[in-house]
Amino acid sequence: MIDADRPLSPHVQVWRWHLTMFTSIAHRASGAGLYAGALILAAWAVALASGPAVYDSYRHLMGSPLGKVVLFLLTLGVFYHLANGIRHLVWDSGRGLDIKSANFSAVVAIAFAIVATLVIWGIAITTGAV
Amino acid sequence: MASYRTPLGRARGLGAAHHGASHWLAERVSAIALVPLVLWMVFGILRLASLDYQGAVLWVSEPLNAVLMVLLTATAYWHMHAGMRVIVEDYIHKTLTKAVLLVLNMFVSVLVGSLAIFSILKVALGGAL
Repeated sequence: MIDADRPLSPHVQVWRWHLTMFTSIAHRASGAGLYAGALILAAWAVALASGPAVYDSYRHLMGSPLGKVVLFLLTLGVFYHLANGIRHLVWDSGRGLDIKSANFSAVVAIAFAIVATLVIWGIAITTGAV
Repeated sequence: MASYRTPLGRARGLGAAHHGASHWLAERVSAIALVPLVLWMVFGILRLASLDYQGAVLWVSEPLNAVLMVLLTATAYWHMHAGMRVIVEDYIHKTLTKAVLLVLNMFVSVLVGSLAIFSILKVALGGAL
């Protein structure tokens, strides 16, 4: 690739926003967010292996208001990336690629992410996990 | 004797590096494996959130939890490396920056993924009590 200052595909600045464009961008954004989430998961494992004092600090950090906000966003990211990832796997089989199906599955993926996140946090609150 | 195969027929399945679609396919296979693993993880985290240090160590020491935790970590780190690689390849066109980011992505994924897996195994094998 030549080093050049050219506009990047898909020329976000000239496209009208639509739902499938949002789901595509959100898939990458949630994937990048989950990269950070995987690092937080690794920090959990390392903290647990480092003994009670470090593990208590980790739990304290994740239980703080900021920690809870991060965990909530990660829950949303996990369920969205999961649902939209399955949507991509269906597309890879050559199905559901027409505009009507793609718009419908976009709504399903977004709705699943929101509902599943609320259900999990509902369970967490009622069982006293948070 | 001249080959009767068309240029397309010879090229099919062979990229410039003769890898064909293996990267693309590996990302999909890891995605399929992550569907059940991630669903299990969500409920695992719900359980862990209400456990203290001792409880968490005992939870990780269960053979099924330990194995699924290791498989989840390995698969997730493979998948996130593949995903971040595609993002870098798509958006970063400056050769040096791209190379640095691709190497950094690999180093971070392998280092942190290894740390996580070693830690899980240490706890599961009784090294944390």
